[in-house]
Amino acid sequence: MNEPRKGIIPPQVAISRVNASLAARRAGERRFRTYGRIAIGIALAFLVLLFVSIFTKGIPGFFQYYVTLEVVVDREKIDPAGDLSVQSLYDGDARGIIRNALYKATGAEGRSGRKAAGKLISKGAEQRLREAIIKDPSLLGKTVAMKFALDDDADSFLRGYISSAVPEKDRRINDKQIEFINKLQKLQLISYDFSDYLIFGSASRDPEIAGIKGAFVGSMLTLAVCLVLAFPMGVATAVYLEEFAPKNRITEIIEVNINNLAAVPSVVFGILGLAVFIGIFGMPRSIPLIGGVVLALMTLPTIIISSRAAIRAVPPSIRDAALGVGASRLQTVTHHVLPLAMPGMLTGTIIGMAQALGETAPLLMIGMVAFIVDIPGGVTDPGTVLPVQIFMWADFAERMFIHKTSAAIIVLLGFLILMNAIAIFIRNRLERRW
Amino acid sequence: MIKRTFLTAAVAVAAFTATSGIAMARDYISIAGSSTVLPFATIIAEQLGKNPSIKTPVVESGGSSVGKKGVCEGIGTEFIDIGNASSRMKAGELEYCESNGVKVTEIKVGYDGIVVANSKEGTPLVLTKAELGMALTAKVPACADGSQNFDCTTMVDNPFKKWSDINPALPDLEIRVYGPPTTSGTRASFAEMVNEKGYCKKDEMAKAALAAAGAKAKVCRAMRTDGAFIEAGEQDNLIVQKLQEDPSAYGIFGFSYLDQNSDTLQGAVISGTNPTFEEIANGSYSVSRALYFYVKHAHMGVVPGLDEYMAEWVKHWGDDGALSDAGMIPMPSAERATYKAAMADMPALTADMLK
Repeated sequence: MNEPRKGIIPPQVAISRVNASLAARRAGERRFRTYGRIAIGIALAFLVLLFVSIFTKGIPGFFQYYVTLEVVVDREKIDPAGDLSVQSLYDGDARGIIRNALYKATGAEGRSGRKAAGKLISKGAEQRLREAIIKDPSLLGKTVAMKFALDDDADSFLRGYISSAVPEKDRRINDKQIEFINKLQKLQLISYDFSDYLIFGSASRDPEIAGIKGAFVGSMLTLAVCLVLAFPMGVATAVYLEEFAPKNRITEIIEVNINNLAAVPSVVFGILGLAVFIGIFGMPRSIPLIGGVVLALMTLPTIIISSRAAIRAVPPSIRDAALGVGASRLQTVTHHVLPLAMPGMLTGTIIGMAQALGETAPLLMIGMVAFIVDIPGGVTDPGTVLPVQIFMWADFAERMFIHKTSAAIIVLLGFLILMNAIAIFIRNRLERRW
Repeated sequence: MIKRTFLTAAVAVAAFTATSGIAMARDYISIAGSSTVLPFATIIAEQLGKNPSIKTPVVESGGSSVGKKGVCEGIGTEFIDIGNASSRMKAGELEYCESNGVKVTEIKVGYDGIVVANSKEGTPLVLTKAELGMALTAKVPACADGSQNFDCTTMVDNPFKKWSDINPALPDLEIRVYGPPTTSGTRASFAEMVNEKGYCKKDEMAKAALAAAGAKAKVCRAMRTDGAFIEAGEQDNLIVQKLQEDPSAYGIFGFSYLDQNSDTLQGAVISGTNPTFEEIANGSYSVSRALYFYVKHAHMGVVPGLDEYMAEWVKHWGDDGALSDAGMIPMPSAERATYKAAMADMPALTADMLK
């Protein structure tokens, strides 16, 4: 037998050493796995905490208290001009009609009693009555039962946030009002229903009638502008850079810059928008058109990068085959490469749009972080977006806004999940793998 | 092929004219500025918007400086029409206005109290303005703590850990006060009224130490950074929530937040007065400031609804109006009359008026 060479361990020794270290190595692996599990556990715990907190606060935000009143719709009182025009109804005394119904139901008497009762009902009640009459003019001259939102203080009381044990002067709702509420409850006129205001109402300083419709429409308009600009531009850039551009210094610099742009803080794009579109072109502030352009600038790098990845994933054999049967390079791209890369491009675009949907920082600069009541009718009407609405609500002092904020967050999350689900669906169903 | 190129060019031209066509008259009022005035301005805007013949004004936040600078930036519909502010325009800010050829009228709309509050479960705070300033300003004279150190010529880092270190009658609790960040007008007003005017300009030891160090009382505006004063972000609601959870902490915010949460929070009694609606309105509660807006003359008659917007303030700024319901402190009736008249006459703001 030869003497073992220097530095070489005989097999028996090696095996014994391996056996000796085996336990420690296995323990090491177990430890590592445990760390991994702990990390995931902590992340999940935070996620659960976040969702529990949002949903426990948000679900009540989808509901609110209403009161049903027998309203005597006096023709002269509500429509003084008699032409059912918006102006005439505005000039009419819708408030008085509702107040009278309320006084009758609560039995409120005297100046202080009537004042206390008057504060129980939302300021939005008048608008609701006017809208009902415009929708159905036959209501004129009749007595109808209508459901109106309760004021936010009364709502908070009914939810149990204001205790009647607290001294009267420290409550936002006084003893008389509590008495009226109890009476209305006994008459079964108060109901806890789905809050149509949350979905169909626009921004308001009265939390009971505030809704997300204006912000939602604003978000959609902004995203539409963003999509129209960013998608074709992003895809065209990606196709050119991947399929046509020569590989030289200039394209390299462009490539590096696109990658860097993807990491630029979004507020920078807002400053750009302010300087260029508002400063140089003199466009008005707060309009979804500029918001969309700014967000398009922000999402362009994301779309370009994902589109290029999608194009690169198309095997070269497809191109070779197309070129081989005599297609031009443009035909190769439009007939073969683009259709095959489209699912990947769409996925990237949807994820970019989802990102844009959640942005507020760039919009701050161009005046879209604002209180805007009118629902925008087009891209040049002032408008705001969902995350801005959430941000504004979170800062208002009225307590009912806490629930509204969480409810709006649920709606926004819903849309984000929906968009991501579509992206995943497209990826799984339409994408071809080679 | 030529046809297609032509089509592309036509689309490009159409897009360009469409975008340049926007740079025309704006038919809604654009307002920006103080986040303290915002809740009240939005109430007015919403009320005005209910009138079907007027579009609802757009109200942006941003802070008092954004309001004052923004309104002075220039003439034209790309600039805002009205700037909101929770502090009065300064001579320098007016100069910026004049350099841009902008004339404005100043309208005071009401007052806002700044309160120090804590949970009702905690110990109520009853103290003087000087004591409050002493607890929160970053630097105090070395002799302020009444120890053996008689060096009253240098300013040292605030040594007070507990309220009772300042005055044995105060609660035996660690000083922990949540407040707004530096960008906030509430913070600036508080630092000026309490730290500077309430403490450094009143307290003999502080005056002596400042004189010896050759420093101005303005340096007292800096708040403590050693954990006694905690910046809680621009959201006052966050401070309210923190106070409800932690009865040993105090918080600084606008009166409207105390008003909305009066069942769970109590305001500190400062220099003998309770922060109630009445005490702030009659001027006995001294930590309060005026709220303003500035209207640009050149936009009157160009942007529709400006007169109506101002008139809407008059409708609601009274003792019983929607604004006082939301926590704004109304002006005395004489002052209301003055500013109502100013809305009609529109006197241009001059440097003399600011003195």
